[in-house]
Amino acid sequence: MNVRKYLVLLAVMCFGSIGDALLSRGMKQLGPVNLHHWQEIIRPIGNPWILIGILCLTVFFASYLTALSFADLSYVLPATAFGYVLVTLIAKFLFHENVSLLRWLGVLLISCGVGWVTRGPALTEHPREAPAAMQKEQHEVA
Amino acid sequence: MKWLELWIAIAVMVLASSGGDVLTSSAMKRIGDLDELRARRGIFAVIGAVFSEKHFLLALACFTIGFFSLLTALSWGDLSLVAPASASLTFIVSAVMAKFFLKERVDHRRWISAVLVCVGVVLLAM
Repeated sequence: MNVRKYLVLLAVMCFGSIGDALLSRGMKQLGPVNLHHWQEIIRPIGNPWILIGILCLTVFFASYLTALSFADLSYVLPATAFGYVLVTLIAKFLFHENVSLLRWLGVLLISCGVGWVTRGPALTEHPREAPAAMQKEQHEVA
Repeated sequence: MKWLELWIAIAVMVLASSGGDVLTSSAMKRIGDLDELRARRGIFAVIGAVFSEKHFLLALACFTIGFFSLLTALSWGDLSLVAPASASLTFIVSAVMAKFFLKERVDHRRWISAVLVCVGVVLLAM
C-alpha cells in the first residue's frame, strides 16, 4: 500500500456517499415508484439530482474497481464505510445539523472498524492460484 | 403489507450488491493492478480489459438489479431505514461471500471490522 492507493480508497469513500445522498434527494422529489407501471422506473433518470448522483457514482465505481484490483473485498468494503463518517462531519460542520450522541457513537465505531482493518494486510496471498502478473503486487503488499 | 415488500426489496438489494461485489472482485483480481496497467498501456486498455471480463459483465447485471431494488425500496420506505439496513447487512453478507467464494482470509481483524462498521452504520441512522 502506498500513498496513491490510499488516495484511491479516499475517492471511493467520498464519491460513494455523495452520490447516494444526491440519489435519495432526487427520489424524494419524485415520490413513490408505482410497480404497476413498469415504464415509470425509467422516469428518475431525467431528474438533475439523479443525474449528478449517477455521475458521482460513476467516479465512485471507477475508483472502486481500481481498489479491488489491488486489495481484498473484505478489506475495501469496511474502508468504504468511512464515507458515512465524512457525511456526518459535513452535516455537522458545514450544514450545522444536529448530530445526536448515538450518531457520534456510530461514527466512533465505524472509525475504529476502518482503522482496525486498514492496519492489517490488504491482500490474501494465494501462492499457487495467483496469476503471474500479480506476484509482484503481493510481495509489495506483504 | 408494505413492510414485507420493503424488506423483500432490501433483501434483493443486499444479495444482488454482495454478489456483484464478489464477481467484481474476482474479475479485478484476474486483471491485476488497474493503476499499473493504465500507466503501461493507457486508459483504453484498462476499459477494454475490464469490459472483456465475463465476471465483470455478470457483476454489472447484479448491480443493475441492486440499483433498481434500492430505488424501489427508497420510494416505499424512509432513507433512514433503507440505507442503514441495506448497507449494514451488505458488510456482513459480503464478508461471508468473500470468505467462501473468493477464499479471502477473513481473519478476526476483518470480522471485528465488519461487525463494528455494521453496528456503526445502524447507529448513524438513529
